[in-house]
Amino acid sequence: MPHISLTVNGTPHRLDVPPNALLVDVLRDTLALTGTHIGCDTSQCGACTVHIDGRSAKSCTMLAVQADGVQVTTIEGLSQGTVLHPMQEAFRNNHGLQCGFCTPGMIMAAVALVDTIPQLDEAAVRHGLEGNLCRCTGYQNIVAAVLEGAQAMGQNAKVGG
Amino acid sequence: MGIQNFDYLRPSDLSAARDAYTEAGEARYLAGGQTLIPVMKQRLAQPVAVVDLAGIAELSGISIEGNAIVIGAMTRHAVVAASPDVRRLIPALAHLAGQIGDPQVRNRGTMGGSLANNDPSADYPAAVLGLGATVLTDAREIPADEFFDGLFTTALQEGEIIRAVKFPVPERAGYVKFSHPASRFALVGVMVSKSAGGVRVAATGAGQGGVFRVAEMEAALAKNFSAAALDGISVSPDDIIADMHAPAAYRAQLIAVLARRAVQEALK
Repeated sequence: MPHISLTVNGTPHRLDVPPNALLVDVLRDTLALTGTHIGCDTSQCGACTVHIDGRSAKSCTMLAVQADGVQVTTIEGLSQGTVLHPMQEAFRNNHGLQCGFCTPGMIMAAVALVDTIPQLDEAAVRHGLEGNLCRCTGYQNIVAAVLEGAQAMGQNAKVGG
Repeated sequence: MGIQNFDYLRPSDLSAARDAYTEAGEARYLAGGQTLIPVMKQRLAQPVAVVDLAGIAELSGISIEGNAIVIGAMTRHAVVAASPDVRRLIPALAHLAGQIGDPQVRNRGTMGGSLANNDPSADYPAAVLGLGATVLTDAREIPADEFFDGLFTTALQEGEIIRAVKFPVPERAGYVKFSHPASRFALVGVMVSKSAGGVRVAATGAGQGGVFRVAEMEAALAKNFSAAALDGISVSPDDIIADMHAPAAYRAQLIAVLARRAVQEALK
């Protein structure tokens, strides 16, 4: 069985994983990090979004063996103890969720988006969230949350723009 | 159900990859996995071995060689989209890469993987054909006009590996696509370029045989590179894809509309 070394939320792990194991299954079943959700399991909904070396990726569309040597961040890795990440706080402030199922993926995609694009506006947020579906269709508040979160993360984003 | 089990191999150079592929029998190369992994999850592909190309350092990166940009096959779409060299020399290519799928797909998907797959609705085939690029493999150099060979089919021989793609820098180029609103694949996409070698117009998402050039538009634009030069030129719906998303006549009309817009983009 292939052996991989990876860092998840700052903690190094050495794991034996079957070649056909998906990263999302290893995160959820082996490491018990169930904040990463499996929605569609067909690469479309983005609920399983995590960061691979700081870039967003759908963990249902990645083999665990492909994560050898990388740094993975999941939704559990964002907060500092009981202090929420500014993007999490912005989702709470703006009611950027309805049922909450898509929320971990939305927040991970949003944080990566802020890290990638220096000056976010509403159009850039909508384009940047194309890989994430909210079946409650709560997009208005999600977009508002991401703009506020971007500002809280130090960006000069156009809130309400 | 999950993915059927397979042997996983991660060679560190091209010849070892070719050997691993040949020895395994029913093998598949893994690039970014944004098509192969979903297809394996559906069990539409059940390889006995997967040869991961991620360990081959020479397959990644972007370099300038003379009047061309050479992009390694394992270069991710997001890297192409953000590359200062690509944005400066072939902005239409950076724009195209930034419109593929969604951010998560662009962070994983690779140029070589997309081209080897040759999905009839993928964006990169339009770039390679519309910019007159050359596909560099571990065995030879394949001009764009000889590379695409029908739906999900290319000139690649069994086991042949794309190393890189060499894009000559055009004088002007523009790419416009009409995205499918759910999948973000091109319902139709058109790349137009003008260079010393002539004018190229390549349409993706539309042809029953995959990406194709529109000769009548190329001839008109060669005489007069303006959107007006395309007035009165239509595309026959005969060999155009028709499916639940759009009938053939709609896609044929989109080619005409998007070609004009691509020329306008190229002239900006």
